[in-house]
Amino acid sequence: MADVMKIATRDAYGQALVELGNERQDIVVMDADLAAATKTGLFKKAHPDRFFDAGIAEGNMMSIAAGLAASGKTVFASSFAMFAAGRAFEQIRNSIAYPHLNVKIAATHGGISVGEDGATHQCCEDIGLMRTIPGMVILNPADGPEAKAAVRAAAEYDGPVYLRFGRLAVPVFNEEKVEFTIGKGKVLREGADVTIIATGLEVNEAMIAADTLQAEGISARVVNMATIKPVDKDLILACAAETGAIVTAEEHNIIGGLGSAVAEVLVESGKPIPMLRVGVEDTFGRSGPALELLDLYGLTAPHIVNKVKAVLTLK
Amino acid sequence: MDAMTKKELQIVATKIRMAVIEGTFHAGSGHPGGSLSIAEDLAYLYWKEMRIDPQDPDWAGRDRFVLSKGHAAPAFYGALALRGYFPVDLIPTLRKTDSILQGHPDKKHIPGVDMSSGSLGQGVSCAVGMALAGKLDKADYRVYTILGDGEIGEGQVWEAAMFAAAKKLDNLLVIVDNNNLQIDGTVEEVNSPYPIPEKFAAFGFHVIEIDGHDFEQIEAALTEAKTITGKPTCIVQKTVKGKGVSFMENQCSWHGAAPKQEQYDAAMAELSARLQEWEG
Repeated sequence: MADVMKIATRDAYGQALVELGNERQDIVVMDADLAAATKTGLFKKAHPDRFFDAGIAEGNMMSIAAGLAASGKTVFASSFAMFAAGRAFEQIRNSIAYPHLNVKIAATHGGISVGEDGATHQCCEDIGLMRTIPGMVILNPADGPEAKAAVRAAAEYDGPVYLRFGRLAVPVFNEEKVEFTIGKGKVLREGADVTIIATGLEVNEAMIAADTLQAEGISARVVNMATIKPVDKDLILACAAETGAIVTAEEHNIIGGLGSAVAEVLVESGKPIPMLRVGVEDTFGRSGPALELLDLYGLTAPHIVNKVKAVLTLK
Repeated sequence: MDAMTKKELQIVATKIRMAVIEGTFHAGSGHPGGSLSIAEDLAYLYWKEMRIDPQDPDWAGRDRFVLSKGHAAPAFYGALALRGYFPVDLIPTLRKTDSILQGHPDKKHIPGVDMSSGSLGQGVSCAVGMALAGKLDKADYRVYTILGDGEIGEGQVWEAAMFAAAKKLDNLLVIVDNNNLQIDGTVEEVNSPYPIPEKFAAFGFHVIEIDGHDFEQIEAALTEAKTITGKPTCIVQKTVKGKGVSFMENQCSWHGAAPKQEQYDAAMAELSARLQEWEG
């Protein structure tokens, strides 16, 4: 197998910020003492006058970002997902989302693939938290090019956006200039028996799973659901009607994230179909190499294959 | 300050207090105590100090105000209405389902509200962000914010203070309304924030202590603040919670309770009498 290029979506985020900063003077970036890890450090180097470090004070950073946005700036505020969505939840809700301000909460180190830092830093609850905030847009790109496109789409959108990026370098499968439309999922591979709706690094796992399934005579459609809110209802319902079974795959607690969003759409359609969820099974993570953890917590392609086989028995 | 100006400001402050009583009475809830303690601040800021245009509330060059102690909204709305941002007739609609006058300040719907606030500790950080934007844009507007003395128990206030001083935000003016009472008791009893001036000084602020009901001291402090460069200024003002309505003064119970009919009548009679005195 030829070597696949890998890049962490956080790296793509940092690169996209620099480009945006070159084009737009209203772009301001904040961090909370993690600029080297979140990659906002790239922006800091390129545009030092428009970078502000709040120090280790995520809640304060979010409210300051709100004040900047209320004064006409488009602000990207970064920390790890745990401390952005988790620690600063209420500042995001009250200072940013309630007045619908133009702050992009760009959270890196989402999910279990944070690896060795362990459970305190592995945030598998962020999407659930952000989904409950009225008007919040949630983007979870799957690879480097899509991450860059998502950053651009977020900057062009007027209002609060939560972006989730990963620490781990993941395979690049999109073209460099991939299109990104907020609220639209993408069918990456056609299939007739089942649809795997995946997000983030699970999209690549879903593609591998579809190959395995094809070899066993199962035709799996793969959807990249990079926007989790507002979720692409039309596409979910079309997949339900056309393939009759759905498996969701996300690097997040199975409660509150993509699986929940898809289930809500299916149940409320009045035509529910068999559906199963791949995700972190309502448990905390632990320290270990990212790839080992992804397997241990049931997030790699073989686990998706098993869920697909299980869902087909429910059809 | 000349006698005429002082008299005019006294009249405005009294009318703001009447709006507090009017609004909370009709709402049947709200926070009169901490609203009444900042009436002089709002009168001075909105009638003397701030560069604003009520006809153009979003004017980019305006001075900004964030009511970090957002529960004092009844006084804030009174000042905005009297200053012409929206009709005074709206005051009795406070907290009603179809009113723009939300229980706490709502930037999206209320003309003149520069930032939604009410979750304590956040407004001051938002004000810091506005001051930072002013520096970034080399704009000459100033940003004013009022904090409660109970509110400074929020750690975020000190995060904001550290940031404001580190970034040398001399266009930021923080007022701490030290009326000495919070919901559960006196601020010392609950979790003492004292000494307040020393804390802000230690965080890098220029600190001025005043009587927050004395217009001459307010004017002197705000004038002094504008001469300070390289650091933000904090005015720590001693005030009386419930000021101007004798039975509400220094009573913890009036933090978050609305006047009933008899209390409303008594409060309005007292304030009307004051107003007649000032208006001569």
